[in-house]
Amino acid sequence: MSVTQDIRQTPPAPGSGKSRARVVLGELLRRPRAAFGLIIIALMVFTAVFAPWIMPQDPFEQSFDGLSLMGGPLPPSGDYILGTDLLGRDLASRLILGTQTSLIIGVVANGIAVLLGAGVGITAGYFGGWTAAILMRFTDLMMAFPALLLAIVLAAIFQPSLMIVALVIAMVNWVQMSRVIYTETRSLAEREFIQVQRAIGSGPFRILGKHLLPHLLSSIIVFGTLGISTTVLLEATLSFLGVGVQPPMPSWGNIIFENQTYFSTAPWLVFFPGLLIVLLALAFNLVGDALRDILDPTLKGRH
Amino acid sequence: MTSYLIRRLFESALILLGITFVTFILLYLLPADPARQIAGRSATAETVANIRDQLGLNDPLFVQYWRYLTGLLQGDMGRSYLQRAEVSSLIAARLPASLMLMVSAIVTELIIGLTIGVVAALRRNRPADHGLMIFSFVAISAPQFVIGILLLYVFAVQLGWFPIGGYGTPAHFVLPSITLGLLGAGWYSRMMRSSMIEVLNQDLVRTARAKGLSKMRIVTRHVMPNAILPIIAMIGIDIGLFMSGIVVVESVFGWPGIGQLAWQAIQRVDIPVIMGVTMVSATAIVIGNLLADLVAPLIDPRIKTK
Repeated sequence: MSVTQDIRQTPPAPGSGKSRARVVLGELLRRPRAAFGLIIIALMVFTAVFAPWIMPQDPFEQSFDGLSLMGGPLPPSGDYILGTDLLGRDLASRLILGTQTSLIIGVVANGIAVLLGAGVGITAGYFGGWTAAILMRFTDLMMAFPALLLAIVLAAIFQPSLMIVALVIAMVNWVQMSRVIYTETRSLAEREFIQVQRAIGSGPFRILGKHLLPHLLSSIIVFGTLGISTTVLLEATLSFLGVGVQPPMPSWGNIIFENQTYFSTAPWLVFFPGLLIVLLALAFNLVGDALRDILDPTLKGRH
Repeated sequence: MTSYLIRRLFESALILLGITFVTFILLYLLPADPARQIAGRSATAETVANIRDQLGLNDPLFVQYWRYLTGLLQGDMGRSYLQRAEVSSLIAARLPASLMLMVSAIVTELIIGLTIGVVAALRRNRPADHGLMIFSFVAISAPQFVIGILLLYVFAVQLGWFPIGGYGTPAHFVLPSITLGLLGAGWYSRMMRSSMIEVLNQDLVRTARAKGLSKMRIVTRHVMPNAILPIIAMIGIDIGLFMSGIVVVESVFGWPGIGQLAWQAIQRVDIPVIMGVTMVSATAIVIGNLLADLVAPLIDPRIKTK
């Protein structure tokens, strides 16, 4: 094994290769908090995928038996394990279907945000100059908008549907990723192994894809994981304010939105969906935080 | 420092200009016709056309933008579609309540966050530390509307310690301030913990211990002042978190501030009001970031101000 490495060679990137992925997974499972997060995520994914078979009742059926004699929601009991909502629908089934909504939006919205953010960050960082000035000033501009208000205005412009909600969240959430990737790409672009590639005439796409991207992967994975948590919270909040996922399609946020007037007499209608939102956001935060420790100990900071 | 100040002020002004442009474009893109909104459902096409003409909605885009911008500079943010009032006076009437809530939330998050951070750092890697850090993870993972409704249920409905909602007495401040401040408390406790640990490992602590100072005195006189400094610089950035948070917190607690104003405007698609609150919030965020950038080099001279 050589002690010194030729600085013109592309150094091996951390976090690439199959065995490396297995090492990271092992590290995650050894940390109690991250392992807890992984278990929650696995349970949620299982619930979302097998939702049609797990749901004990029809989540859309407004059952007459599902209401009390006074016409109010039923507390948790034998037939309805988590009780019913104000329209007499089974809460457990609606929460299970809501898992699908949360995860779909979490993955789609965050996926778009990651692609957009990383794309803008890499482009600005690699090309520098005017490209960077324009792109990063635009990023600063987006950062100055209050995220929730911007999302609300966008949601008001476009009629809310699942895809629009995902797009709106992505539009608000890509900014942070682009800042992180921009800073990293800037410093990488000045390293010798990239300069050498430029000098020997490799095309920008080859350099970006083959030499830069593997080194940025750690940050993309870390901030991509933490971003899912932000996305889940933003979707829940938008749905709670009535501008996110629209009823009767259940989402954890709009279940609370629909039932909040009943919270003093039927607290389970806020407690159970609230608990699920916290659990899912917490799980991705715990895993993301552990990944940051494992993949790159120098990546520390508030955002 | 002076040139840095001037450059940052110039950048902030540019960002605000950009925000007016984006806000204007969003307003322009909205499918709702302002003239139709003002005229009402039963108005004839002719009336609507007249109002369109009066409002100058038939003018070219840049003419309209220029009018919007010069209006903004004079504090004119248009009129609410649904309330017969200027947007600027609606916001001015509600701003004090929001500002008081934010100040109260800053105090709350600092008290909770710093206390947890200090205790966790002093009990590093012991059960208390693990427990407190799990609490701070939950604090940053819990949506504010869930925290708000649950606090209301437990402390207002069940225990009756605090009012269910509204505004006026100090008791009204407690639950909304905790709800708004908990997210920041989660971040601050983690930052304070690592900041404390960093200072605890420095030579000044060893010197103080060698001098024979008590542990209590070392922590309160030497470690905490040094550890708090980097955190003070972050308070400006919190304004951004708060500006999103007040929409939720004020609507849950019926707090008569600009967040509730925005939420009511959203329900009724009162666009000038939504835009007005967005502009005010964005301005507050820009000012907050500017303050954070200006304070940081004063606290830590290693930060370059070139």
